[in-house]
Amino acid sequence: MINATQAVQSTEAPRGFPIPVAALRRITKRFPGVVALDRVSLEFHAGEIHVLLGENGAGKSTLVSLLAGMQEPDEGEILIDGLPVSIDSPRHSMDLGIGAVFQRVSLVPSLTVIENLMLGGSWLRSLARGAALRRFDELSALLATRIDPDAPMSGLSLGEQQQVEIMRALWRDEKLLLLDEPTSMLTPQGVADLGRMMHRLKEKGVALILVTHKLLEAYEFGDRISVLRLGTVAGDIAPQRLQTMSEAERTETVIGLMFGAADPGAVPAQDHEDELAILLGGKLRRAGSVDRSKPAKLSARALVTMPDFAETPLHAVSFELWAGEVLGIAGVDGNGQKHLAEVLAGQRSLRQGRLELAGFDITRGRVPERRLRGIRYVTDDRLGEGTVGTFSVATNLVLKEIGASPFWRHGISDWPLIYQSAREQILRNDIRTPSELTPVGKLSGGNVQKVLLARELDAEANVAILNKPTYGLDLHNQRLALDRIVAAAARGVAVIVISTDLDELLEISDRVGVMFRGSLAGIVENDAAAGSKVRRLMTGSAAA
Amino acid sequence: MRALFTEPFLVSLLFGAVTAGLPLLLAGLGEQISEKAGVLNIGLEGMMLIGAYTGFLATYRTGSFWFGFLAGGVGGMSAALIVLLLCIRKGLNQIVIGIAITVGAEGLTSLLHFVQFSRSYPRLAAAPIFAVPAFSRIPVLGRGLFSHNPLVYLSWALVGLLTWVFRSTYLGLSLEAAGNKPAALDAAGVDVVRTRSFAVLCTGFLAGLGGAYMANVGAGLFVPFMTGGAGVIGIVLAMLARGRPLWVLIGAALFGASLAMTTALQVAGIDVPTDVVQMLPFAVVMLVLVIFARHSMLPSALGTPYVRGGR
Amino acid sequence: MAAELKIVLQRVLIPVVMALVVGGIILLALGKDPLDYYGIVLQRSLLRSGGAQETVTRMAPLLLIAAGLIVAFRAGIWNLGGDGQFLLAAVASAALAPVLAADLPRALNLAVCMIVGALVGALWSVIPALLKARYGVNEIITTLMMSFLGTSLANVLIKLVLRDPDTTVPQTRSLGVDDRLPRLFGTTIHSGLVLAILAVILVHFMMTRTAFGLKLQVLGANRAAAVHAGLRVERLTIIAFALSAGFIGLAGAVEVLGVWGSVRADWNPALGLLVVPLVFLARFNGYAVIGITLFFSALTVGGESAARRVGVPQHYVLVLVALLLLFLALVEYRDQSRRKPSAAAT
Repeated sequence: MINATQAVQSTEAPRGFPIPVAALRRITKRFPGVVALDRVSLEFHAGEIHVLLGENGAGKSTLVSLLAGMQEPDEGEILIDGLPVSIDSPRHSMDLGIGAVFQRVSLVPSLTVIENLMLGGSWLRSLARGAALRRFDELSALLATRIDPDAPMSGLSLGEQQQVEIMRALWRDEKLLLLDEPTSMLTPQGVADLGRMMHRLKEKGVALILVTHKLLEAYEFGDRISVLRLGTVAGDIAPQRLQTMSEAERTETVIGLMFGAADPGAVPAQDHEDELAILLGGKLRRAGSVDRSKPAKLSARALVTMPDFAETPLHAVSFELWAGEVLGIAGVDGNGQKHLAEVLAGQRSLRQGRLELAGFDITRGRVPERRLRGIRYVTDDRLGEGTVGTFSVATNLVLKEIGASPFWRHGISDWPLIYQSAREQILRNDIRTPSELTPVGKLSGGNVQKVLLARELDAEANVAILNKPTYGLDLHNQRLALDRIVAAAARGVAVIVISTDLDELLEISDRVGVMFRGSLAGIVENDAAAGSKVRRLMTGSAAA
Repeated sequence: MRALFTEPFLVSLLFGAVTAGLPLLLAGLGEQISEKAGVLNIGLEGMMLIGAYTGFLATYRTGSFWFGFLAGGVGGMSAALIVLLLCIRKGLNQIVIGIAITVGAEGLTSLLHFVQFSRSYPRLAAAPIFAVPAFSRIPVLGRGLFSHNPLVYLSWALVGLLTWVFRSTYLGLSLEAAGNKPAALDAAGVDVVRTRSFAVLCTGFLAGLGGAYMANVGAGLFVPFMTGGAGVIGIVLAMLARGRPLWVLIGAALFGASLAMTTALQVAGIDVPTDVVQMLPFAVVMLVLVIFARHSMLPSALGTPYVRGGR
Repeated sequence: MAAELKIVLQRVLIPVVMALVVGGIILLALGKDPLDYYGIVLQRSLLRSGGAQETVTRMAPLLLIAAGLIVAFRAGIWNLGGDGQFLLAAVASAALAPVLAADLPRALNLAVCMIVGALVGALWSVIPALLKARYGVNEIITTLMMSFLGTSLANVLIKLVLRDPDTTVPQTRSLGVDDRLPRLFGTTIHSGLVLAILAVILVHFMMTRTAFGLKLQVLGANRAAAVHAGLRVERLTIIAFALSAGFIGLAGAVEVLGVWGSVRADWNPALGLLVVPLVFLARFNGYAVIGITLFFSALTVGGESAARRVGVPQHYVLVLVALLLLFLALVEYRDQSRRKPSAAAT
């Protein structure tokens, strides 16, 4: 067993030449009630991909926002090229040669690609389109991307939008590139493309900071890994050291730093293994035993939806789903998954096709009727449509039951009962909230998801559709969400899990289906060969 | 009915349409700039009214129409300053403040008018007219369209200028971003608050200018409440035009024509209640909306203050 | 209770005092005595029984409009077309009441006319409601335009169709004083006020304590969530519109049946937009609306008499109203920005 502290080099150690592109010296940043960063010192070097690894709330995003000029530190100093600076605005950050790509896409949907890239020029001048297009071509060549500069932003996939973001961050030959959780929205292909891009930039001498909470990404892309925990640098693994370690050693070290300070034994063994399983992916395969001799619980025949803007419609989707089964739906984002989920939930009407629940035709039923029959839908857009952010946790827990007994009698609300029931749900589902009256928008992403899971995976659930149930959650909450899904299936709920994270699907599914351009390209049994079959289906090659 | 198509009738109709439509055009263009940048300027009416008062006062005191227009613009801008400070900087509700500005402007200008002019009710001399060479000699059109105060031609030019600004300048991109995705503008290093502040000041200036034209050229005097809903029509025009200045011009012409029609019909001695004629443009627009009903694409951040790092 | 009282004092009293001080400075600058002006306002609006009755009577239409606006705004619908809805309903009930008065008993006549008023108001919102529900056409544009149309249409009706031939100024036939809404306890306050207060309380109850109210609130707070939760968004939008415009129409009918008895051409109290900020500042709370409306009403009633006495135009009171709106909004802003840090810490 390797002691984690041994692997850690002091960040204060002298390194000699060259001067780091950026350096933080004892940076402290406080928010009301929290110390987000506590005397953090770090150095970022040219031609190096520096991974900042840590759980949600470790201070990674705060650190990035300081360098990007979105916030200013309370104490300590930032040095760029060895000179102390105070970065008081995004503009100033850009002027210092820092480019940033944030988790949430911040491009104007109503403008074209090239217009988005030209944003920020001096007001009184007319647009220098020619020069912008030349720069666009240069960057396209550098990053090996192929995007139409005149395409409207709203028409691009998330991966392409991110490529445009990276172009913008490098528009003025920035020498330091910040990437805040850039892979969280990407498909496996998109992640691979991003890796290639980062490599090319590194070769060009750009200093890259990659913020992530995924261990495998850190290994794959990082030259240097710094682990943040509770606002401090828990440790730092230098490139030389990283290269000489075996994968097991790295994992041991990093996990120790992320969760258990110097002593990995401090983490309870069970948690430790679960987290490790998620970090490494796909190791906890569920041994399913679904009885498919009985009639199917849910059967979909040739579902077709109307196209609407920016979403791929369904094109003759058919499948059957049995009680107690978990059907994973894999596929690159935007291949019709959202329509499938909404059609099943009754939120979107069908143009053609037939839906049966236990032999009963439910094609025409809308959300309330479907819900009454036990169909549940956990949306991936948790704050956009899943909850009303300004409403209390209690109200959001009954959002889909408005007007139904026992919480409403003759249309009159029984608030005491609603609040009491909410308090019970909060306890039972370990929702971390000051009270049941707290607006749901003030909760963390993990707790919002707990509210949704509590609302949808109730005792009366028959069929549950979950769209990207772990998206944007930290490891602990990913684990909890997956556990709840598996537990629901064990109770006999027929479950559909839509995700772009294949490892996760392989972990919990009995079968995995693949969506491609609005059709189900195929459904495969989740056996040892499932992973490669599914990957082939995702690219649109012939059915396995 | 033949009396309708005499030359004097048509000339006075055209001339009147331009005169009545110009304040709407200026206010509508101004509102369009704000809306593009994501600010809903419900106080447009108040800005026009203040502009009408200050414009009139300046011309009355100095005799200069140009100075009056400038003063009207500055007056409108001073009202816009309230929106800037309270709504854009502090994020107060834009509808509450907008209505407060209109109500306050109505009260304040009535008060000032009462104190200064309630006994004399002074009138200004006729505003200078510039006949465009050659064009002004075209029959009917020449006297209807090309024999106006120079501000009219400048305003028409402004339609072209704004079209160019919106489409082909960095300022245009910044305004669009401020209205649709302020966070993107911030990330691009442009101050959202400053962009919106600039937009609102432009709105104030143009609305005030429109008001000054209404008082100095259209009426030749100031009376309390004289804008009579022109600001509200300006808001409607800007919303209908969805970011296209030419559409504001067309809309202003339509509403201006209907206003002119009521006077022209009276001149022609035809007895149709003015209310019927005044209903026409609204009825036409509603009809168009009903027939071609579709989404009116308003900037997605319209009416919401920008907080860096907020959702 | 003491804490609540303190909040009320801070939120209401401070802005009121600030508005009065700034307004007073303006009066001083004009060489008028502000204390004189405010003294008369207070005396004429609240202390004298005639003025107090006038103040309370004027609250009726304001409250009914506020009730309508609360429903719409809570549901995320910007019904800014109140003036058209109000006037057309007023004209409809003014046209109907004198005719029916001959045949129907007073109570029945009044009830029928009020229902007709509410229906006419609601009817005038149908086009904006359908356009919004079906095609998502922005209702600010459509309600404003329907409002202009309605105002003109009301005038056309009075001048061309409903004109009382016995008067020189175009107006509808007058409803006899004995046929109007009964007065309360020998005062000049008509019973429409009771109806208005009931309406506001009813709306408050509906929004906070019923499933229907909660559905409207979900729709208003997050339309996508309403769709997700399976609410009938189109139907809710149309109902909310109809209720909102219905209450505003009722306000028009009550004003005619209770106070004027007829509608003159070009009459337009233009309350539709004026009530909007009041409703906002009350944060859509029914009880707060009653309080704010009382104050607003007193200010306008007192301001009109005071203006005549002190020698300022009647519309000076609008300056006070604007100042009040500004300061109320500012104080609320200061409150919110103070609360935020503590909320973020939880």
